[in-house]
Amino acid sequence: MNQPRILEVRTKILKKNDELAREMRDEFRNAGVVVVNFVSSPGTGKTTFLRETLRRLVQANIPVAAVVGDLETDNDARRLAESGAPVRQIMTHGMCHLEAEMVRHHIQDWDLQSLDFLFIENVGNLVCPTSWDLGESLRVALLSVTEGEDKPLKYPGIFNTPMWPSSPNATWRRFANSIAIRQFETSKAFDLVSESWNPRPKPDREWTNGCRSDDALGIECVVE
Amino acid sequence: MHELSIAQNIVEIASQHLRDLGTVRVESIRLKIGALSCVHRESLLFSFDLVAADSPLAGARLEIETLPIMIFCSTCNTTRELPSIQSFRCPQCGTPSADIRQGRELDIDSIECTELHSPTESLSIPEEAAS
Repeated sequence: MNQPRILEVRTKILKKNDELAREMRDEFRNAGVVVVNFVSSPGTGKTTFLRETLRRLVQANIPVAAVVGDLETDNDARRLAESGAPVRQIMTHGMCHLEAEMVRHHIQDWDLQSLDFLFIENVGNLVCPTSWDLGESLRVALLSVTEGEDKPLKYPGIFNTPMWPSSPNATWRRFANSIAIRQFETSKAFDLVSESWNPRPKPDREWTNGCRSDDALGIECVVE
Repeated sequence: MHELSIAQNIVEIASQHLRDLGTVRVESIRLKIGALSCVHRESLLFSFDLVAADSPLAGARLEIETLPIMIFCSTCNTTRELPSIQSFRCPQCGTPSADIRQGRELDIDSIECTELHSPTESLSIPEEAAS
């Protein structure tokens, strides 16, 4: 009676999501589909960017599909579907980020083998999506010029956290997220770079532009 | 707020670990949370109280140990603690490093509980009733 006990648990709190995300990553890899998780603040321009990117891929006959997360409405799915690509809406009904199970549920009857790319448009949020692995190959953060040049400093978590441990055989490490910049005005002086393959983060403000300043950036700037 | 999801996971995992014990009062749950985990401490404490209220963990304290970010510097050939989340360079020699050895944890380390009745005590029949 009344015995005090210490139970060793030593378990990751997000173990369930992480394990599912790992399974999904293996499935995506085996199916040969590159999965990209797009994150940004609300209103940055993810949907417009993705719609245009999807349109270009569809026109080039590259098989692509997308899922998009919002708290409510299927407005963004309708917008993305204008590209001609298959799109599904995930309604989180209050949750501020997507989790692996939500993505899996919404793509379960898609033939992954037939896809080259799957885009995931996350809920507009630069904080919460940090911790949730969705099984993606690449995580891209979108920033708009009007948000200022110091977003990576203000939101260090999403920009400085590697999403998953590299395998022992990895010859490179994904460190900073890929950053694609949507410029509203070509006269703006900001230069920004896609950092996806560069293991060194740049905490200062000197970025170099690797992407065209168009209304929307082409997929070639984001995925190599 | 994602701390609510995290709190739900804590309650689920802890409840699973308590299943094989008899009647217990959970005193505390010790967490190890890395500085890179993007978890807001106060939000997590608040969320946990909400979620745990209708569970075997009602009334338990969350004890949070924050783990600093440690990187491995290939130049110095040692692990070093980072003074800031903004600069992933060795604080000694300045070499950039993406080799994070600590700081991403979001773990339940242990549960402290008081066993009020063991599983066998709960099931045992008093001698006088058995005869």
